[in-house]
Amino acid sequence: MSAATRTAVGLRLHGLSVGYRGGLGHSHRNTRTIVADLSLTADPGAVTMLLGPNGSGKSTLLRTVACLQPALAGRVEVDGADLTRMSPRMRARSLAVVLTERFDPGLLTGGEVVALGRHPHLGASGSLSPADRAAVANALAVMHAEDLAPVRVAELSDGQRQRIMVARALAQQPRLLVLDEPTAFLDAPARIELLERLRVIAAARDIAVVLSTHDVETALRAGGVAWLICPGADRRTVISGRIEDLAADGAINVAFDSTAVTFHPDSGTFRLR
Amino acid sequence: MTVRRAVPAAVAPTALDVPAPHTIARRSRRAAVILGALLVLAVGTALLAACVGSVGVPLAETLRVLTGQPTLDPQMGVLLTDIRLPRVATAAVAGAGLAVAGLVMQTLFSNPLADPYILGVSSGAGLGVAVVTIGSGSAASAFAAAVGGSGRLGVVGAAAVGAGAVLALVLLLGRWVRSVVALLIIGVMIGAVAGAGVSLLLAFADPARAQKFVLWGLGSVAGTDWPDLVLLAPVVLAGIVLAGTLSRSLNVLLLGERYAESMGVAVRRVRGLAITATALIAGAVTAFCGPIAFLGIAVPHLARLALGSSDHRVLVPGCALLGAAVCQLCAVVAQLPGQDGVLPLNVTTAVIGAPVVVAVLLRSRRLSAGAVT
Repeated sequence: MSAATRTAVGLRLHGLSVGYRGGLGHSHRNTRTIVADLSLTADPGAVTMLLGPNGSGKSTLLRTVACLQPALAGRVEVDGADLTRMSPRMRARSLAVVLTERFDPGLLTGGEVVALGRHPHLGASGSLSPADRAAVANALAVMHAEDLAPVRVAELSDGQRQRIMVARALAQQPRLLVLDEPTAFLDAPARIELLERLRVIAAARDIAVVLSTHDVETALRAGGVAWLICPGADRRTVISGRIEDLAADGAINVAFDSTAVTFHPDSGTFRLR
Repeated sequence: MTVRRAVPAAVAPTALDVPAPHTIARRSRRAAVILGALLVLAVGTALLAACVGSVGVPLAETLRVLTGQPTLDPQMGVLLTDIRLPRVATAAVAGAGLAVAGLVMQTLFSNPLADPYILGVSSGAGLGVAVVTIGSGSAASAFAAAVGGSGRLGVVGAAAVGAGAVLALVLLLGRWVRSVVALLIIGVMIGAVAGAGVSLLLAFADPARAQKFVLWGLGSVAGTDWPDLVLLAPVVLAGIVLAGTLSRSLNVLLLGERYAESMGVAVRRVRGLAITATALIAGAVTAFCGPIAFLGIAVPHLARLALGSSDHRVLVPGCALLGAAVCQLCAVVAQLPGQDGVLPLNVTTAVIGAPVVVAVLLRSRRLSAGAVT
């Protein structure tokens, strides 16, 4: 909707190649390219879903977009600035991530974890300004997590913990929010609710939201734009389009069908052949 | 649809000055009170340690010396200034340093069992000391001569060289290592190799010289004098201050290295600085006091429990104060045999401390790197 404004142009991948370099010395002999020369766009104000079966390189691509893994080639631009060339601190002001990995929160409370999201914005004194506190309170409110703020994270359920981690990412006030399999540990209603909430957040803040999922059925129900990882003749490719169109023209079948299971675009579900 | 309706009002960017939640204010006030109590504890145990020993000293005499007044009994004055107070100061510095170093390592490696020696610093120091105390042959004598002979100065110098060499090796290899677990394994392997070197030397050592090495390994805060402290205290203090400056980054590191990197922490730089702080502390303390065990692993857990927090901005001063107090108490207990001699420090730290920590942990539900809860 506001993709036409000058500053918010969202996420642009320019000739991005994703994969793993060899071990010590980074010899090119051992370099394993997963997807090469990607040029994709994720608009601000909308949620873009990265779809692909397990093992298709979803996480690798997402980690590269999030600069948690070096790109083999190409640029990752958010609102026109190349993330890969930024210092960690400057990058953290443009990009926030929610990962699948679990950590040991010790005695940290939900509110403390969300406040850590202000880290890249804090000055030398390290104390939270009123503006920082407002960002934290706002992030907690958006995720309906105010009641979780005084609770120790170790005592939260998976779903509550997820809300705290998303709130922490929002407290960073990023221009791009990247989430790796955010729906993986949630039940069906919570999955739909999270996707809907992310859509509202993307629109209200006019930021780009990119999330990965292998859950095609929920993604199709939510709708919107998707990047689909497809097996190619030589190497995997990524095609971008409205998810309904990807389902209708058989692209999802190409990506996901196995010898035993096939995707039915009409019902939006997988069935045994 | 209820979600869609509920959220936008809260999403809209607000310029409202939201006041600090009451819980945060209450927590920080509570932390300040507890830090005050720990300060009182540290000072109290230091006074106790000054008064207790082979000869008891009245508290009034100790206070006179500390305030610069002449003592009633001149002998007491000499005993305090030349023997007791250096011992008390050494215990405070060593205890504070090892506790802070242990905290930093537990957070860096997300491992509740990490301690200041986990990267092999004490093993390197031990190998250095073993070479000067029990080594034979021209190479060993050359090394001993270079670090200041096989006397006390030589032991300190050799320990510092050994610890420094291990630190340099770990930092160097750390440049190529992405994962912190690999770094941990490298540290343990370096420690194993250094330990093998010590065993080899011990196997062929003259028993009298081997005894000297074993005594060093028992740990002591009693052997230092004021000139030693002029070297020891600033180095350890520098390590503690360095750890303190990393507090905010260490807080973010509680979420794991990936998250920390995504939140603007220069993880490699912080890792290097944390290892440097730990090595400064562990290297200096080990050089002057031997490898004092247990404090570095236990005090951070006790400090987290006392403060009820995983926030390093309060945990670093908390660990320093509690570490100093616990080390004083262990040194006092080591003096209890009175005229009959002194217990090895590592005996008291383990025998007193281990049951305390186990009891504390059994009462709580879970042991974790962030905390016992």
